[in-house]
Amino acid sequence: MPEKTEKLLMKGNEAMAEGALRAGCAAYFCYPITPQSEIPAYMAKHMLERHLVFLQAESETAAISMVYGAAATGARVMTSSSSPGMSLKQEGISYLCGADLPCVLVNVARSGPGLGGISPAQGDYFQSTRGGGHGDYYHIVLAPKDVQECADFTFEAFDLADKWRMPVMVLADGLIGQMMEGVVLPEPKDLSTLLPKPWAVGQQGRTARAFNHVSSMSLVPAELEAAINARFARYDLVRKTETRVTLSNCEKAELVMIGYGSSSRVAWGAIQLAKAQGIEIGLLRPRGLWPFPYDEITELAEQGKKFLCVEMSMGQMIEDVLLAVGARSARSKESSVHFVGRCGGNIPSEEEVFAKAKEILAGRSEPWRLDGRLRSDGSARGAGR
Amino acid sequence: MEATYKHPKSLVSLQTKYCPGCGHGVIHRLITEVIDELGLQGNSIILNPVGCSIWADLYFATDSVQAPHGRTPAAATGVKRMLRDHLVVCYQGDGDLAAIGTAEAVHAANRGEKFTTIFVNNAIYGMTGGQMAPTTLIGQKAATAPEGRDPLEAGMGYPIKVLEMLATLEGTRYLARGSVDSPVNVRKTKQYIKKAFEAQMRGLGFTMVEILSPCPTNWGMKPVEAVEWLKDSMMPVFPLGEIKNQLEAVK
Repeated sequence: MPEKTEKLLMKGNEAMAEGALRAGCAAYFCYPITPQSEIPAYMAKHMLERHLVFLQAESETAAISMVYGAAATGARVMTSSSSPGMSLKQEGISYLCGADLPCVLVNVARSGPGLGGISPAQGDYFQSTRGGGHGDYYHIVLAPKDVQECADFTFEAFDLADKWRMPVMVLADGLIGQMMEGVVLPEPKDLSTLLPKPWAVGQQGRTARAFNHVSSMSLVPAELEAAINARFARYDLVRKTETRVTLSNCEKAELVMIGYGSSSRVAWGAIQLAKAQGIEIGLLRPRGLWPFPYDEITELAEQGKKFLCVEMSMGQMIEDVLLAVGARSARSKESSVHFVGRCGGNIPSEEEVFAKAKEILAGRSEPWRLDGRLRSDGSARGAGR
Repeated sequence: MEATYKHPKSLVSLQTKYCPGCGHGVIHRLITEVIDELGLQGNSIILNPVGCSIWADLYFATDSVQAPHGRTPAAATGVKRMLRDHLVVCYQGDGDLAAIGTAEAVHAANRGEKFTTIFVNNAIYGMTGGQMAPTTLIGQKAATAPEGRDPLEAGMGYPIKVLEMLATLEGTRYLARGSVDSPVNVRKTKQYIKKAFEAQMRGLGFTMVEILSPCPTNWGMKPVEAVEWLKDSMMPVFPLGEIKNQLEAVK
């Protein structure tokens, strides 16, 4: 095992796998899909030799239900996939949330809809943050921006999942999964410190506890409502304590860019271009997407700051930004929300993001509209070129 | 005087929600009798599927896990891989196992997963109101086959013989078909279940017991008529007995 501070060169996918192993991941179930293929390969190599549970399932729907079964026993368990595969997993994710089971989900996102392409994209924001399956639920979503955060966030995801009894998703994309950077790996988790799971199945005979029934079913509407209300009370605590956001260079800036993951790196590059020209632009980077840092954005809006959302999608996170700016702040009239992005597996360039920033600062950019696809001059909205 | 016939410890003493003449109650009893006999009550996990037997967790005095429709063998795989010394019972109906969950059942069997599937075949979807199942007989009427299952004109397919299909897979070790139509078949079915559970606890490979079971409500029959129909119509299509037994070979 490398020294504590030894820096290794790893792919993001490998760092997520190693982060999981160091967190005590005891079982991993997968189905092949690009661009996350290094994760199952890494897990197969390192789990089988340690006699941990590695299983390549017959489908994504099967893999997530294997996660469900293993999570029901109280084990630390993970699956990983990419966008089309995550769509298939939504059935199981809804069940995991309905049965309050912890697990870790990794999505190394690619472009859609449908089969789409295999290049990086952020079009899974809605699916990831709004509960992509049926029913009323949320789960924590973490958004790493580099290989270091791939290791750290995946490692921490297991603790969060156990603490809050919910799936925790690490939402990366093909760029972060495939690129190589230096990483200092977290120290392996002391497994004697893991939270007890008195709700798990198994070993009943040794404890004489009441029998445990892991289930999401409740056919009595009043009972189901009570269970969902209890879950949402927990969600409120998660919102209060687990919102993760980094603000950089916002004090002097009239304009603040908002982006997560790969997009935040592009935004930061654009901010450096601006700095070189004497223009200060801030960056607000959500490190987690659910819960979302509404309050931090509202606060900036009340200072009259303008926002530029940078996304690798047609504009999804921007709807949360609009909620934070528009619905919550009477004093945010000077604030406005703008968008620059690319979709289809393209990454916006620092130059085009900076160009958009300059348009906003010059008063030549039209704010984003939720209520229509046409600009005021009648031209169609389009992300990117 | 010593009691020779008692309520199984592993069976909750509760009137079931199942319809009069339904086979689930008898099958629950057989499973729990075997669990008691093997001393596994505190070491057993039942996976109850989507379908009428979603109620099973009310009646089994054991731990349980309720799985998504058809994914029961996948969830059972997750449970058993983590708890190798436990008895894991994957309880499934014909819609769960042979329609929406065919892939999960086939691949769990092919991997030789070391749990036991109890496959309750009543040739119909019960809980949703009598729709055509993958095991519905040719000509048998159902809510979605009002003129009877027609494999030719209507393209409704043929009844799937699950055990015969799974018998070709190398991971399967014990595949037996019983029935709860008569005392003699109930007793034979219990022996199949016991063999399968013992094989599971010895880690021999995939085991499944299919059980032909009446559904008078959705067959539109009185309970006694349903038993007769099961004997006369189902048994010729789904013959009883041990379809595959490799337990000796792999000892």
